[in-house]
Amino acid sequence: MTQKIGVKYQGFPSDEELAKIPGVPDAERIKRGPVAFIECAQEIPCNPCEEACPYGAIQVGKPITNLPKLDPKKCVGCGNCIAACPGLAIFVVNGSKDKAEISFPYEYYPLPEKGQIVDCVDRSGKTVTSGKVLRVIKSPKYDQTAVITVEVDQEYINVVRSIKRLGGPEHE
Amino acid sequence: MRIKHHPILNDETRECNATIIVDGKKVPAIEGEPIAAALLAAGIRKFRETPKYHKPRGIFCAIGRCTDCVMIVDGIPNVRTCVTPVRNGMVIKTQKGLGEWGEKS
Amino acid sequence: MKTTEIAIIGAGPAGLSCAVEAAKAGAKVTLLDENLKPGGQLFKQIHKFFGSREHQAGTRGFRIGEQLLKETEELGVEVLLNAAVYGIYENKTLAYVKDGKDHALRAERIVIAAGASENALSFPGCTLPGVMGAGAAQTMINVHRVLPGKKILMVGSGNVGLIVSYQLMQAGAEVKALIEAAPQIGGYGVHAAKIRRAGVPIYVSTTIKEALGTEAVEGVVIHSLDEKWQPIPGTERTLDVDTICLAVGLSPLTELAWMAGCEFTFIPPLGGHVPIHDENMETTLPGIYVAGDITGVEEASSAMEEGRLAGVASAESLGYYDEDTAKRLKDEIWQRLNSLRTGPFGEGRFKAKIKQLQARRQLA
Repeated sequence: MTQKIGVKYQGFPSDEELAKIPGVPDAERIKRGPVAFIECAQEIPCNPCEEACPYGAIQVGKPITNLPKLDPKKCVGCGNCIAACPGLAIFVVNGSKDKAEISFPYEYYPLPEKGQIVDCVDRSGKTVTSGKVLRVIKSPKYDQTAVITVEVDQEYINVVRSIKRLGGPEHE
Repeated sequence: MRIKHHPILNDETRECNATIIVDGKKVPAIEGEPIAAALLAAGIRKFRETPKYHKPRGIFCAIGRCTDCVMIVDGIPNVRTCVTPVRNGMVIKTQKGLGEWGEKS
Repeated sequence: MKTTEIAIIGAGPAGLSCAVEAAKAGAKVTLLDENLKPGGQLFKQIHKFFGSREHQAGTRGFRIGEQLLKETEELGVEVLLNAAVYGIYENKTLAYVKDGKDHALRAERIVIAAGASENALSFPGCTLPGVMGAGAAQTMINVHRVLPGKKILMVGSGNVGLIVSYQLMQAGAEVKALIEAAPQIGGYGVHAAKIRRAGVPIYVSTTIKEALGTEAVEGVVIHSLDEKWQPIPGTERTLDVDTICLAVGLSPLTELAWMAGCEFTFIPPLGGHVPIHDENMETTLPGIYVAGDITGVEEASSAMEEGRLAGVASAESLGYYDEDTAKRLKDEIWQRLNSLRTGPFGEGRFKAKIKQLQARRQLA
């Protein structure tokens, strides 16, 4: 049987779905500097991203099932929304440098270290390239959600969304 | 398999401070945790055998509803191990069928 | 006989929220729970909740639980733990067992917030140790910090299956696959996306053929289903797993409401037979209220709102609120409830709840 494409069948949004949703910035904006990339493709009752943005760049409004709408002019890519999203569906991408920078939420043990070379995975969990960890931010206001930034080749800016887990906790 | 490290719940701070006797063998446990948790931590998954066909049973609901995890605890059969807290020195036996009342230890 | 004004059965999200609201109004509240600790299933919810600020969105479930416990304590709610209520008798008298002894409690109002329990699934090998509810695994990893297995198959793609798969990986297990008999994923795409990028395959139109093993689960055979939900020969695959978690829905724990004599209606999307209630969460028996999953399976956020509603309404009926104040409070809660029941995932539940309320009106 051929696999049907899309969030309902594969569990992650297809490129076509991503192109249609209002949380995704266009390629030109991504080239200009860091910007939020909100992969929220279904109308679920949720709006913490709206409140988390200090620049008013994310709008949900009422009803709270509206898809979050990104204002790419107001967004500075600060990343406050990344850990605020209960669905862990917000990323920050930066295409303004030689290498692409991708920031994502991460809630596994152990955390990678700054400078570490890690396997980077796409939305389906497949390792597509290796990348260097630029930052690992753990802040009390993120409540245990770490925000990690990796550096990968530009061609992966819309592909890489996490890293391969670094092994589970030790057990007795 | 105890979870020592956890990204949300942080490192385990409790330590095994009790011993329970399961079918004659010593099993380390934490006072107050459910018996079933101590057994799973020790890799024990079969808790009882059914009366008629002697089929193995283990944990199903873990919240005291289904009674699949019952064992003989300190001589009392049909004790729900998922909601019964560990006390040091408890004597626990795999329950065969409906179980038999034994000496209270 | 021991007496109270409002007796609440079940100290989960609905019962605790109800206790807080009723006590805030000034009522004397007694909260009973069969467990040794209050909180119900809230303390195993370690993920951040959805909703908006009023629903405490962005806060992890167990932290909401801690907050509710603190409030019940500050408000002087009487909490009876290890107290299993086994019957509701005449004159709103509850019978319960505590510490091996029988007790009775006469209340002026009763709120039943007994929750729900996980459904099982029938297949060869389904009784083997290692086959368990997804919620059971969640309790083991997040409350007791013990892994039930290392290699997991998750069955069911509702939010419970998706979230527990994620949390099993956070606890260090490997989730080999998640399977779903329906042709589509049932839960939120964002939850599915989390486990996909962690490398977990999701197979839709797929179910279990059999669990392998004699003393415990040692593997599982899965196969694909056609459009008529029939297994397709030749699609069998064997997965190397030691644990099979079932996330195939929940059923309301309605025994006490049946026994009390509440009238019921059958609404499959809510989990089957559910007690009929009005906008105040009052059942067909005056003075007996219901809240949370017993009224129809939803999630903790809506259970808390229903609890608050029953708390305000029962306190109002005892004269602790005038009509206007109560109406204002109840309207606010209804708005929050309805906002959780919108969108493609909430609409079905919204319609089902309307049907439940209509059933009350038809009786009146």
